[in-house]
Amino acid sequence: MAKTIVPIGPYHPLQEEPEFFTLTVEGEKIAAVDVSVGYNHRGIEKLSEMKTFDQSTFVIERICGICSTSHPYAYTRAVEDIIPVEVPDRAKYIRTIIAEGERIHSHLLWLGLAGHFLGYNTVFMWAWKLREEILDVMEILSGNRNNYAMFKPGGVRRDIKSGDIPGVIRKIDSIVPTLEMLKKAVMDDPVLHARTKGVGILTKEEAKGYSALGPTARASGVARDVRKDAPYGAYDKVEWKMIVTQNGDVFDKVLLRVLEMLESAKIMKACLSNLPQGDIDLRLKDIPPGEGIGCAEAPRGEVFHYVRSDGTNRPARHKVRAPTFMNLPTYKSTIVGETISDATIILAAIDPCYCCTERVAVRNVKGKKLYNGEDLVRLSQEKTEKIRKSMK
Amino acid sequence: MIYLMYVLMFGFLLTAVIGLLASWIDRKVTARVQYRVGPPLMQPLTDIIKLLGKETLVPVGASKTAFLLAPLVGLASVILVSTLLWLNNINPKESFIGDLIVVVYLLTIPSVSIIMGGFASRNPLASLGASREMKLILGYELPFLLAILVPVIKSGLSIRLGDMLTAQMQNGVFIGSWSGFLAWLVVIFCMQAKLGLVPFDVAEAETEIAGGAIIEYSGPGLAVFRLMKNMLLFTLPFFVMILFMGGLRFDGIHFLYGVLKYVGLVALITVIRNTNPRVRIDQAVRWFWGPMTMMAIAAVLLAIWGR
Repeated sequence: MAKTIVPIGPYHPLQEEPEFFTLTVEGEKIAAVDVSVGYNHRGIEKLSEMKTFDQSTFVIERICGICSTSHPYAYTRAVEDIIPVEVPDRAKYIRTIIAEGERIHSHLLWLGLAGHFLGYNTVFMWAWKLREEILDVMEILSGNRNNYAMFKPGGVRRDIKSGDIPGVIRKIDSIVPTLEMLKKAVMDDPVLHARTKGVGILTKEEAKGYSALGPTARASGVARDVRKDAPYGAYDKVEWKMIVTQNGDVFDKVLLRVLEMLESAKIMKACLSNLPQGDIDLRLKDIPPGEGIGCAEAPRGEVFHYVRSDGTNRPARHKVRAPTFMNLPTYKSTIVGETISDATIILAAIDPCYCCTERVAVRNVKGKKLYNGEDLVRLSQEKTEKIRKSMK
Repeated sequence: MIYLMYVLMFGFLLTAVIGLLASWIDRKVTARVQYRVGPPLMQPLTDIIKLLGKETLVPVGASKTAFLLAPLVGLASVILVSTLLWLNNINPKESFIGDLIVVVYLLTIPSVSIIMGGFASRNPLASLGASREMKLILGYELPFLLAILVPVIKSGLSIRLGDMLTAQMQNGVFIGSWSGFLAWLVVIFCMQAKLGLVPFDVAEAETEIAGGAIIEYSGPGLAVFRLMKNMLLFTLPFFVMILFMGGLRFDGIHFLYGVLKYVGLVALITVIRNTNPRVRIDQAVRWFWGPMTMMAIAAVLLAIWGR
């Protein structure tokens, strides 16, 4: 059968960010997929290296509008790892509360989009309506609906007032029944089953092989979660369980995220009711020379930050690795062999965040790519070598 | 001359007005269901007028005649079908024998015009949408025709719409019987597919193939397609009303019933499209050839048996 190229992107009603998928199709069947990112590179790492450690938090927060807490979380942990210090307990709890609230709103946002991709606009609107409630909670807690600006190396910027807590808990309690209803709706809807069950399967072995992260891995039966594997914040101090499903298809990914939201609500409530008293900030002055790593479980998987300090007030090197970077290659095994109708929902199922993942793409005026993978690896090694020399 | 008036007044103008109104109801109800405000009353009309005022763009490499003619063919067939239906309702005796067959044929033309426009535009996504529409037609026409056999049998093997209306006027509506109800259910699903609405909007599937068959249309071409779809939102439920629900009568309280029947059908369409995700094309065809065809056959057998 003749092969045709079906482009999805760089601008497509499906995508909220510019990225380009080239689907090679035979009839309706997909024979190959090629992903190219790099339409929206902003040079955040370089920007961060030009700011002070404190200012960097705000830049890092703007890597992604949806997981705007995970990046500062990983970054502040990396900076604290350089010294190394432990932040006060109250700060840990507040960080956990904010991170979990973000998980709920991110999963709801994804759920709505998934509904939209399936042509189910009612779910789209309902999920986003519910998301408004959790955004209100975040506004009460941090003063912002998004980009909370709560994190700083050594603690958090703002305290949670004890007067706010009962109201917030009530609000979370009011969200939970709706989440339960969503869970029931997902599990019962026959048409949703028909569209998502057995579609875009990522097996356990493949998930391990690709080093998939977050919900993408957990939906394939790989129990991988930074919050459990290397507990940070208050995650080892409250009761919660890691959700793992076995089939690895789109349906499991939907279900997993809905169940995770319920767990997040549980964590938030537990943290709010057991909030310890004390200081919220270490008031760090100087960051000594050295290097540190920090990771945090973002709604999409593990966010990893590496920060190197040379004793000045700004990072000498800052490296970001977002979860989508690891999850993108799984398309190779999930999407090939499926039909175009399912392509969009499979592409969306890993909850991709391209603004986090953006990499440089160098093109000449005619739009031809100048560097291939090997060239980029060579350039990167040369740069590492240069940095290493300057460090001596 | 009187027929020309029928075509212009009823077939086009009245149908367009009611169709636009119905599409407003559809959009407004959808919006309210989704916690949105929804468009103002004149929005469907404003949309079409705005589109009519825009430049006509023909993509490079497209077959110009077929591309520009496709929307007109679709619109013309809808106008003709509406004229026939109005004629039957206003004066059941005036129609000709076999007008049912003409209506069924003409109701396929809008889909055919979408296929024609899609293939003519030479866009890969449009071709994909057009081929999906083609598969969909193959899927739903079979149960649709089988279900239409039920009113034919019930009205004493007549293929005149006027006879069906008279039969329902005398013996009660067909939907009241078992066979009639089953056939009506089948036709509702086929209607959803003919209108190209969720769950059967595979040919346009905005988030999959970015508009599919009509991806290249803009300006007046798109306006005509829009108008065609809005008019179908009147014509198809009206056809279902004539076949199964006694049509629209103009004597006193029956007129109010007729309006209620129509609004009810539009509401049903809206509810179906808001409570389902889009199915895949293979699932749609399987659905129509499997359960729907079985149901239609059962309805026909019941009708022959006299239930």
